[in-house]
Amino acid sequence: MTEPLLELRGLRKAYGAIVVTDDVNLSVLPGELHAIIGPNGAGKTTLIHQISGTLSSDSGRVLFDGEDITHLPMHGRVLRGLARSFQITSILPAFSALENVALAVQARSGSSFRFFGDAAQEKALNEAAMEYLSMVGLAPRARVAAGLLSHGEKRQLELAVGLATQPKLLLLDEPLAGTGHEESLRVVETLQRLKGRITIVLIEHDMDAVFSLADRVSVLVYGRVIATDSPESIRANEEVRAAYLGEEEVV
Amino acid sequence: MPTAARLDLVPVAIFAVFAAAPFLASASGAEGYVLSLLTRVMIFGIAAMALDLILGYGALVSFGHAAFFGIGAYAVGILASHGVEDALVQVPVALAASAFFAAVTGAISLRTKGVYFIMITLAFAQMLYFLASSLAAYGGDDGLTLPARSLVAGSDFLENDYALYGATLACLLGAYILLRAVVASRFGRVLRGTKENITRMEAIGFQPFSFQLTAYVISGMIAGLAGCLLANQAEFVSPAFMTWQRSGELIFMVVLGGLGSLHGAIIGAAAFLLMEEFLPEILHAAGFFLNDDLRWRLTENWQMVFGPILILIVLFARGGIVGLLRRGHHD
Ligand SMILES: Nc1ncnc2c1ncn2[C@@H]1O[C@H](COP(=O)(O)OP(=O)(O)OP(=O)(O)O)[C@@H](O)[C@H]1O
Ligand SMILES: [Mg+2]
Repeated sequence: MTEPLLELRGLRKAYGAIVVTDDVNLSVLPGELHAIIGPNGAGKTTLIHQISGTLSSDSGRVLFDGEDITHLPMHGRVLRGLARSFQITSILPAFSALENVALAVQARSGSSFRFFGDAAQEKALNEAAMEYLSMVGLAPRARVAAGLLSHGEKRQLELAVGLATQPKLLLLDEPLAGTGHEESLRVVETLQRLKGRITIVLIEHDMDAVFSLADRVSVLVYGRVIATDSPESIRANEEVRAAYLGEEEVV
Repeated sequence: MPTAARLDLVPVAIFAVFAAAPFLASASGAEGYVLSLLTRVMIFGIAAMALDLILGYGALVSFGHAAFFGIGAYAVGILASHGVEDALVQVPVALAASAFFAAVTGAISLRTKGVYFIMITLAFAQMLYFLASSLAAYGGDDGLTLPARSLVAGSDFLENDYALYGATLACLLGAYILLRAVVASRFGRVLRGTKENITRMEAIGFQPFSFQLTAYVISGMIAGLAGCLLANQAEFVSPAFMTWQRSGELIFMVVLGGLGSLHGAIIGAAAFLLMEEFLPEILHAAGFFLNDDLRWRLTENWQMVFGPILILIVLFARGGIVGLLRRGHHD
């Protein structure tokens, strides 16, 4: 048995009386693309918040790469190789696309307590940033202010920023949400290429994308993981169909 | 690129004007008055630029920055009253005290956000104000008069108004160059990032707090330096240097000139202080068609006009005076 890269043990989160994450146990193996699906409001985003450290958990533990990171702040987790994207696009709108990525590269290369020298002219940072932009197909838009990019391009930019932190595990919260057909194909293609190189946890409502990309799928309903299995078995699982696939009648 | 190159002319023009001003002053016949007014403008310019670092580039609204004026000024005043009159001692002490005050109050204030940050920085500045008012040994409410301006390495050349003007201009230029570098540096880029989107910065692995606190300390030290200069310019130190109104004026200067441009803060300080100085006379001249009584009242109550003018500029000149200049270029 390989050790899981990420392990959730009895994770819980409640807002008042509403239990949003209910005793979640989950293992993500190194190198796999693990999809988490579930109806709206199932608690998927909340779970990502808890794993990434955006939100603290009421109880339970988060183990990452052999270390208990339950009480580590978000930036500490990022430096250990745990990166995330946001369901609601989160970028630096006044910075160029290149600088958005270059900042993430900067976070990983040397001290940022340097008070002299023009950071925007640092070749090493810019060249690395350019590579990540090319990886997601945004290189031609490098000089454009991030706030002026199309919605789909912003999603691609977020992916590039996530990659630039050199994660071992990338948590993606609906990277396809709101993207056009072309852009969505490009993101799926990018994920296909990343697959196997880094471990990915993918939350997505687009079932075509999920079933074509995922090695394993977990189904979250009302804050509980009701099944974790291969895509084929999940498709065939009666409980899953009843709780989720049946309702939405996905193609 | 041409826009950027043209914009860089604005700070060059500002420093050229300050460099040329003493020659005009000596020709004007009222050199003492002109030099002292412009020295004050530059001192407030330094403090406003310091505030712009955290306000314009870090979105941290400190409503207590006049406290650093007070720290710098009292460092000079208290040391001088004990016979330590050399700036080579006074200034380092002032900078160290400012850094200490900024580090302690910043570490507490930065745990809060938004309105709470504004209120807590105000509260710390008020504490210092009341502390200074209660220092009976150093004049209490009335403040204390400096026996003389600071010496520099034993020499008393600052007694000459031109020399003090020159020293202040050198500090203004030094602060500008330093802050310009800081803003463009790796550190400055992280600070600017926290202004844009703090969650995103955490999500790429930065701890915003340590960058914000460092910026707060740098800002406090530079404002403290301005306090040393202010004490020398006024040859007097008093708690009035750090009233909350003074802190508010500093914010106003930065916003008036244009947030997040550094030289905008200098322009804002100049516009604010010169308007404050000359508005009564301008109103008197502009009121030539009124009868003497009305004209006198208008001049007497010039602040009734000053307030609305400031509000109009802030409302209609988005990006302050620097924003206006920039738009002028584009058209
Ligand atoms: N701050 C909060 N306070 C109270 N309830 C909350 C809060 N945040 C989320 N919730 C509730 O928690 C539940 C789970 O929300 P979450 O955003 O995690 O769902 P999700 O699975 O990501 O949904 P979607 O597919 O729509 O993105 C929802 O019922 C939501 O209303
Ligand atoms: Mg969600």
